[in-house]
Amino acid sequence: MMQLAVPEAPLLNVDNLVVEYGLGNKTVHAVSGVSLQVARGETLGLVGESGCGKSTLGRAVLQLRRAKSGRVLFDGEDLTAMEGEALRKMRRRVQLIFQDPIASLNPRRRIGDIVAEPLVIAGVKDVAERRRRVHEVLSAVGLDPDLVAGRLPHEFSGGQCQRICIARSLVLNPEFIVCDEPVSALDVSIRAQILNLLEEMKARFGLTLLFIAHDLAVVKAVSDRVAVMYLGRLCEVGPSEQLFASPAHPYTALLLQAIPVPDPDVRPAESVAGGEPPSPIAPPSGCRFRTRCPRADQRCSAEIPELREIAPGQFAACHHPLA
Amino acid sequence: MSGPLLTIEDVAVELPTPRGNLRAVDHVDLSLEAGRTLGIVGESGCGKTMLSRAVLQLLPKKAKLSGRVMFDGQDLARLDSERLRQLRGRDLAVVFQDPMTSLNPVLTIGTQLMETIQEHLELDASAARARSIELLAAVGIPAPEQRLAQYPHQCSGGMRQRIAIAIALSCEPKLLIADEPTTALDVTIQAQILDLLAREQRRRHMAMIIITHDLGVVAGRADEVAVMYAGRVVERAPTPALFKRMHMPYTEALLAAIPKLDAAPHTPLPAISGRPPDPTRPLRGCSFAPRCRYATGRCHEAKPALTGAERPDHLYACFHPIRMAEGVGA
Ligand SMILES: Nc1ncnc2c1ncn2[C@@H]1O[C@H](COP(=O)(O)OP(=O)(O)OP(=O)(O)O)[C@@H](O)[C@H]1O
Ligand SMILES: Nc1ncnc2c1ncn2[C@@H]1O[C@H](COP(=O)(O)OP(=O)(O)OP(=O)(O)O)[C@@H](O)[C@H]1O
Ligand code: SF4
Ligand code: SF4
Ligand SMILES: [Mg+2]
Ligand SMILES: [Mg+2]
Repeated sequence: MMQLAVPEAPLLNVDNLVVEYGLGNKTVHAVSGVSLQVARGETLGLVGESGCGKSTLGRAVLQLRRAKSGRVLFDGEDLTAMEGEALRKMRRRVQLIFQDPIASLNPRRRIGDIVAEPLVIAGVKDVAERRRRVHEVLSAVGLDPDLVAGRLPHEFSGGQCQRICIARSLVLNPEFIVCDEPVSALDVSIRAQILNLLEEMKARFGLTLLFIAHDLAVVKAVSDRVAVMYLGRLCEVGPSEQLFASPAHPYTALLLQAIPVPDPDVRPAESVAGGEPPSPIAPPSGCRFRTRCPRADQRCSAEIPELREIAPGQFAACHHPLA
Repeated sequence: MSGPLLTIEDVAVELPTPRGNLRAVDHVDLSLEAGRTLGIVGESGCGKTMLSRAVLQLLPKKAKLSGRVMFDGQDLARLDSERLRQLRGRDLAVVFQDPMTSLNPVLTIGTQLMETIQEHLELDASAARARSIELLAAVGIPAPEQRLAQYPHQCSGGMRQRIAIAIALSCEPKLLIADEPTTALDVTIQAQILDLLAREQRRRHMAMIIITHDLGVVAGRADEVAVMYAGRVVERAPTPALFKRMHMPYTEALLAAIPKLDAAPHTPLPAISGRPPDPTRPLRGCSFAPRCRYATGRCHEAKPALTGAERPDHLYACFHPIRMAEGVGA
């Protein structure tokens, strides 16, 4: 069992979560026994390469995809056991922001209506109250409500659409937001604006965030702790600075080595571990990273490594962690 | 051979759109010597792809191209389409962001490779096959013989990009243009593909243009970098000088806006406010003026020309260039 790095009970506690997809007569092992905690007011970054199960995990936390087994405790209550009205009530407290801001806005609806939609769904009947909330969140994300509320999504750039999505996610005053690659589709100059905005909103509305991305530098910029995922499992989790300075898991080290650094004095590491991730339909036995790991031995194919504490607050699932 | 392999002289590309003429490339000059790598960096829509398509003479039909592209002593605009087609498969190769742009989904990988090789080199079927296997092995495809019989959809994205690179390299091109070759790939695969390109380039003494929006991709891999903004090259310098002693406020702002791995969490990023101008409504002055923290009245009135006031190899287009003391700090 993983120990909590924080004294207070976590706002989110994901316990041994398993999520699978059926694909013909095969099974995609998208999330295979992930446990993690997010403390109130904390940002937990979640990184890993395409297909490793980040979005699936995020969606399963919000119960947009039901888990096969495991539990998701939010503020002490088990979301996986909830249904109907209870779940709908709970959903007001948790929100999702997607990667593709333009595609996640209905092209035929006006911005004011798009942002008000969660209020309507939540049963807020008072039109004036809805308008007040919409104005408040649009201003908060740096848009002029009077100028934008009546317009359609296609009149906005990608960065502006992401601001609108953020406004929509804030309108119900949630406590927790899953940000699924919120800046991946944006240009560098716009990306910085949105990252700053998310940080501001977090402070202003007292949010707790699960921040998913594949860019480690982006994740580090906003996260208190970072969790690294590979092929459906957690490899490592720990305080951002510590994890980046001294990764314990060979996969974290590989990821860090592969990042192109905008500094001509940093020579790109020639031939980072070869190979590609195996299919989640038939993941390797034992440690799932073993087919690409330079330290792999027999034990790695026989025994699944459990997350264990390597340094204070830093946990890695590896039989032979880096010193 | 002396003199550059490629020179782009005063190239402009205009596209008619319902909103008016769109100047996608705005009078660009560049040159590249054999065996060298030029990085072209800029944000989405700044004209990187249109510029490379102008070089390849592969622009949309309605596009208006002006200026001159000289490749290996020939003016490309003057070549007939048959000669151009020959040149493109052979001396002038290209790799796109989406490998499926250059791969045919209904033909096996072997057929595609062998067709290209046989079309451009005088090799018989068995020699072409042998060469195909050799190439696939060179780009890091395991069990290359078996791959020949497979179709593109049976390969991962990274594999497909390797195959597209193998096809591009198959006729020993003199110049390879790679337009965001790794943008769609994961970091670990991206690093492998960039290593592959660098290795093959050295081995073949090939010239290469890497187009990307990621300054990190060119930092360690290009000899020279050209930064584009709103259709123009706004700064061009040897890579170390561009990163360490940039003169252009846009380059500085772009670099500052990138989250850094060595920065502490929750460090606010120096974001660039606003966004690039509408390319159908060109600005009278400097295109970066509305977002530039050094802008003065003059910047809104006139367009700064690309010049190299201090050093002929370091060009910038700015009235108020940043000047950093030589050799001080980094
Ligand atoms: N609806 C689905 N049906 C079948 N398989 C799916 C489905 N959705 C996702 N998968 C598979 O589950 C695995 C995890 O996918 P997921 O989208 O969670 O990954 P991710 O880490 O978010 O990737 P990305 O970085 O590309 O967004 C992948 O192998 C994916 O192909
Ligand atoms: N077929 C087309 N017709 C009209 N305009 C186009 C066409 N293709 C591109 N454009 C416009 O030309 C300009 C330059 O586009 P280009 O594709 O060269 O940009 P880019 O720098 O390659 O961007 P990205 O990083 O998104 O690939 C943009 O404003 C774009 O909207
Ligand atoms: S458990 Fe073995 S294979 Fe897995 S990361 Fe550690 S050393 Fe590598
Ligand atoms: S010319 Fe003026 S506006 Fe343009 S980059 Fe230089 S200082 Fe900024
Ligand atoms: Mg995803
Ligand atoms: Mg492009």
